Amino acid sequence: MTVADIIKALPLTVIAAAGELSKPVEGGYVSDLLSNVMGFAKANSVWITMQGHQNVVAVASLANLSAVIIAGGASPEADAVKKAEAEGVVLLATDLPAFEVAGQLYGLGVRGL
Amino acid sequence: MSEQGLVLEFPLQGANFESAGEASSKIKRVLQQIGVRADIIRRVAIGSYEAEMNVIIHAYRGVIKAAIYPDRTEIAVEDEGPGIADIQLAMREGYSTAPDYIREMGFGAGMGLPNMTRCSDEFDIQSTVGVGTNIRMIFQHS
Repeated sequence: MTVADIIKALPLTVIAAAGELSKPVEGGYVSDLLSNVMGFAKANSVWITMQGHQNVVAVASLANLSAVIIAGGASPEADAVKKAEAEGVVLLATDLPAFEVAGQLYGLGVRGL
Repeated sequence: MSEQGLVLEFPLQGANFESAGEASSKIKRVLQQIGVRADIIRRVAIGSYEAEMNVIIHAYRGVIKAAIYPDRTEIAVEDEGPGIADIQLAMREGYSTAPDYIREMGFGAGMGLPNMTRCSDEFDIQSTVGVGTNIRMIFQHS
């Protein structure tokens, strides 16, 4: 599965790095704590969070995550979008709450273990 | 015989969240250019980011150094800051002294030091209250 596949299936808006949608999705992780993501999210996972600031982009880039989904209608900050474009980090946004995003991804076969 | 290593050095400024992670990103990029294994690079990136963030969250200023050798990468972070009174307590998962405004950004989970020990092959921390903290991590390339 790729990031493009999950965009087709869920109501997600591409906010940054539209050219990187062929990245593989091998798992999912939900957390708003950055070090928790750093320590436990596996490489090539999609990360669901309500944090929209630019440090999210640094974490996603350094931990080799395939995309960040900013859930619950939270809006990514402008400098986060700029940084994500520069680093090739896919930022997606949705009005769906985090639980619903995780549930729908699970339904597609994305796992958290 | 002296070892041939590539040394990168970046200054860090306390409370500068705008450029947080940039030093770690640069270190990661150099490791990619050298052709170090992706899973090892990821571990170095996680360790250096956590150490870098600790300086930005807790210290006044510091410096992060990466020494890249054929068989390993060493990360050393030295800061001028408040230091850590009880290292054992600080190493405990979930323990943090980060202020609320930083926690609201998702920092201060009390996972930084545990993550550094988990992702590195060797980890050493020295701290003096009122002076600062030094962290050293070694990552073997194979």
